[in-house]
Amino acid sequence: MPPPPPPPPPHMAPPPSPPARTRAEAAAPEPTAPAPRPAPAVIEASGLAVSYGNRTVFSGADFGVAPGEFVAVLGSNGAGKTTLFRVLLGLLKPAAGRVAVLGQTPQRGNAAIGYVPQRRPVDPELRLAGTELVKLGLAGGRWGPGLPGRRRTAELERRVDDAVAAVGAERYAEDPIGNLSGGELQRLALAQAIVSEPAILLLDEPLASLDVRNQVSVAHLVAVLAQARDMAVMLIAHDVNPLLPVVDRVIYLARGRLTIGRPEQVITSETLSNLYDANVEVLRDSRGRRFVVGLDDEAAHPHGLDARARTPSVLDVR
Amino acid sequence: MVRLLATTAPHPSWNLLDDVGQLLHYPFMRHAFAAGTIVAVLAGVVGYFVVLRQSSFAAHALSEIGFAGASGGVAFGFSAVYGLLGMSLIGAVLIGALGKRLRGRDAVIGSVLAMCLGLGSYFLTRYQGNASGAFSLLFGQILGISVHDVWIIAICGALTVGLIAALYRPLLFASLDEDVAEARGIPVRALSIGFLVIVAVAVTAAVQVVGVLLIFSLLVIPGAIAERLCRTPGRAIALCVATSLLFVWSGLVITYYTNFPVGFLITSFAFVAYLLARLVPSSSSGPVERARLSPDVSTKT
Repeated sequence: MPPPPPPPPPHMAPPPSPPARTRAEAAAPEPTAPAPRPAPAVIEASGLAVSYGNRTVFSGADFGVAPGEFVAVLGSNGAGKTTLFRVLLGLLKPAAGRVAVLGQTPQRGNAAIGYVPQRRPVDPELRLAGTELVKLGLAGGRWGPGLPGRRRTAELERRVDDAVAAVGAERYAEDPIGNLSGGELQRLALAQAIVSEPAILLLDEPLASLDVRNQVSVAHLVAVLAQARDMAVMLIAHDVNPLLPVVDRVIYLARGRLTIGRPEQVITSETLSNLYDANVEVLRDSRGRRFVVGLDDEAAHPHGLDARARTPSVLDVR
Repeated sequence: MVRLLATTAPHPSWNLLDDVGQLLHYPFMRHAFAAGTIVAVLAGVVGYFVVLRQSSFAAHALSEIGFAGASGGVAFGFSAVYGLLGMSLIGAVLIGALGKRLRGRDAVIGSVLAMCLGLGSYFLTRYQGNASGAFSLLFGQILGISVHDVWIIAICGALTVGLIAALYRPLLFASLDEDVAEARGIPVRALSIGFLVIVAVAVTAAVQVVGVLLIFSLLVIPGAIAERLCRTPGRAIALCVATSLLFVWSGLVITYYTNFPVGFLITSFAFVAYLLARLVPSSSSGPVERARLSPDVSTKT
């Protein structure tokens, strides 16, 4: 690995910079650690602690996410990334601290949150059209058979078409679900999550099991959607590199603690060594991609940022 | 019944009106058509969800649990139908309470249903001289259905179809995308138990027509066919109902003119239809072919 070049490459700065973020930065240049955000945050947590049974997953978490902001959530397996989402979705009560979603205590069934869980394999025999999945995102929660009133059906179709177009899935949206590839399913799942026009989008590992090209294009798509719809997006990922050009900030969960900040502030040797309490090194290649090394012991696995594991595939990007 | 008919030697003619008149001449055939039609409709509606939720094993288990109830009902001198309904309802709540997802619970369900089948056979030996009762429970008794049974089946049908209509969208959501449905506030656990209760009621009705052992022919095969062929849930349910009606009606007509048992005919038609459905190729190209057709699949943002 060559040493990092002194000036960071130009594309390190995230291209889509939503106004909310810019305002926040102008008001207070963020330190690495928890930052008080003057912008009206849609998600706010202070002193948040979460536990499963007796085990504390993380504690003392302070962060806020502004409208239109794109935040990547990183961390080892079991560090509590999905758990954090479950708290925001109101499926899990915090053990301590305060958390607010749109100014309110998280509640199950919050229509303001679009959610894409980790994908399970789909039955390849399922012939239902992809648009049926998207429709559920709009009307799936209502009771009754939803019999066709003509105007309502037209309205439903229009909104479904809009969401499908927004994720660029028009060509295969009517195809049987069982025929779709991972990337295509992921886009339809995104369409399902945004069809109800939520203020917040929570994506759990949407890039997992996609090839590198699709990872980059889905990451771009999410950034475009976040900006165009002024949605706050939190996205759980294993590998930060496809996200580096597009995210505003990253949340890093490790050893029961949470750190939030800009990628170039958080993914540094100093911050990560501090967080993991171990000698961690972040290397950068000539294109600004970051590789975390020194986490190869069992206790703190490098979650795919490991240079040796990633280098061959990352070399193919762009 | 069929043997008795053989002396009158009915033959189909080319006059369809005559044939229908002949088919519906006897009350037992009218009852059979009424019961068969209702059961075909309710099994079609419920069966699509059974397949979609991959709970065909649970449906089978419920029918065998119900068998223990029915034979217990006969042995202890109250109605077989109420025993069937009672036990399968209890079974539905227990299986539903076992867990959010039925997958991976096969061993538990399997052990319980084996026990129930054994219990049923014990009850039947306690009640001397009822081999025909056992036979009709296991393989159906559609030609021996009374007006009372038709009413029970009609109530079961109205109940199941009504409940499915009321739960339709959340049930579809929870069946296709459980995690998202849960996050959206849909009570997936309660729905899962509720759906099995609906299946229990459907089983109670269907057992009268096809019996405990042949329940798959109406509760699973039409759903499996529809799942393979239809792009929208509405069309799938319509196809489910249409195919099960076809199986039941043609089974009844042929059994009237021949000596073949109804259960055998219905299962044969269902199985042949399923094989044919498997032969239908998927009409659109898969991702691989699409990628070949247009190289810019993933670059669109």
